[in-house]
Amino acid sequence: MRLNTEPRLSDPDALYAALMDAHRGLSAEASKKLDAKLVLLLANHIGELPPILDAIALAKAPPRA
Amino acid sequence: MRFVAPTYAATPPPRARDAARVVIVGGGLVGLTAALDLARRGIAVVVLDDDDTVSTGSRAICFAKRTLEIYGRLGLGQRFLDKGITWNQGRVFHGEREAYAFDLLPEEGHEYPAFVNLQQYYAEAWLVEACAATGLVELRWRNAVKGVENLPDGARLIVETPAGDYTLHADWLIAADGARSFIRRALGLSFAGQVFQDRFLIADVTMAADFPTERWFWFDPPFHPGQSVLLHKQPDDVWRIDFQLGWDADPEAERDPERVRARVAAMLGPDVSFELEWISLYTFRCRRMERFRHGRTIFMGDAAHQVSPFGARGGNGGVQDADNLCWKLAAVLAGEAPEALLDTYDAERVPAADENILNSTRSTDFITPKSDAARAWRDAVLELAASHAFARPVVNSGRLSRPYEGHGRPAPDAPVLRAGRPDWLLRHLGGEFSVVARDTPPATPLRAITLGRDVEDHSGLAAARLGLASGEALLLRPDQHIAARFAATDAAAIAAAHRAALCA
Repeated sequence: MRLNTEPRLSDPDALYAALMDAHRGLSAEASKKLDAKLVLLLANHIGELPPILDAIALAKAPPRA
Repeated sequence: MRFVAPTYAATPPPRARDAARVVIVGGGLVGLTAALDLARRGIAVVVLDDDDTVSTGSRAICFAKRTLEIYGRLGLGQRFLDKGITWNQGRVFHGEREAYAFDLLPEEGHEYPAFVNLQQYYAEAWLVEACAATGLVELRWRNAVKGVENLPDGARLIVETPAGDYTLHADWLIAADGARSFIRRALGLSFAGQVFQDRFLIADVTMAADFPTERWFWFDPPFHPGQSVLLHKQPDDVWRIDFQLGWDADPEAERDPERVRARVAAMLGPDVSFELEWISLYTFRCRRMERFRHGRTIFMGDAAHQVSPFGARGGNGGVQDADNLCWKLAAVLAGEAPEALLDTYDAERVPAADENILNSTRSTDFITPKSDAARAWRDAVLELAASHAFARPVVNSGRLSRPYEGHGRPAPDAPVLRAGRPDWLLRHLGGEFSVVARDTPPATPLRAITLGRDVEDHSGLAAARLGLASGEALLLRPDQHIAARFAATDAAAIAAAHRAALCA
């Protein structure tokens, strides 16, 4: 399976708000750990490596000028 | 009973110019294993060691199942079982909680367990005895190599002894002289890899304690906050405690026995009395030589490759090098195979070293996070593991030694009956090429064993683990690795597979 990057979120604002709520008031260290836990939980939900490797590559790509 | 280290008499120079067919430099675990393996194949060997005793300190304590099977083939397996501490299970703790537990041998029906813990000095002392008993191994103690020249027909060594120097010509040179290998450095061969910025302290303590015989690993325990600790049981009531200290620790100060005592006391509590047996401060690297064979000079063990201790892949990897090389060298010396067979040692053991280095590096990356982000990830895994099963296998406190299977797997062991008595399959498959078949005796002049005729596969485990159908047969190399599969009646296929395995 390849990573699906088509728009799929029915309520993107709700997603963003939930992430902001989760990080509110956390130290930099605690925020890093929270993000790591989120990635681990979601990676396990996806359950296979190829789309996750795709995501890592996309996330590491430099922003478009 | 406590181990009393033997002292071996220094061997004076035999004559000013000496020669031997096979010389092994380094009478440690790996060099002695190779010496015994070659001697079991009828090859006379000279072993040079710069010391006059066995390993100082317990060092490589975890002997893996495959290594035990090799020692079984060499006739020492029962000694490891009798004296060693058998364990199959491990537990990982985070803070005060258990994060993860594992069972390395969850099935019955193997002669050897996943691991036996034993001080390296016992193994070396037994190997010295067994080598001497063959009458083919000449052990030369306090014979230090101080010069080496790699020649087309072997190697020329300059050897220093307390009674003077001599020159020794070796037709074949096996360098098993450890991570700081003189031979490797003298020949200017590279040894590249990664350095890890962390320091560890081994404290072997003698105490009467009732921890279970399991591998226990703590991340950030209350008694040693912010660092990791590993606990292993050894024979003679000796316990290995390995404390992570961090890169900033002062090695000199940490060696102070009083300071070590305080660390151990913090772990065990005030009521446990113990004695310090051995202290070792270490850092480590993961690296290997580009090639292990350089003409007639062949490297093995730590001289060829080095890993972190987490995973017990150093000693075990080295013993498995010896297992791989010795039958090949014996076949070349007997004229049964061309020297090209020795290139397969490189082709098989270099990837094996890479696999060990990969696992060791990954464990180290988990145990010693290299950035704030890496630490956050490590802690995230450990915290999730407390309540979610999926995160537990991500916890990495060492991926424990398994044989490399890139060139075929070693035959699995299984219980069998021989003349109605319980026996083990692997006991009949070591040392020389052999063919194992099921029901139909194989058409081969090689040593053959047929399940259902020579031995009874009463549990069905032998056929199941070998994946052997009725009428099928497998060729096993002298190191018990499965080389080929064919119909038992196909004499031509069996003969061709045998030739191919010898590069003949």
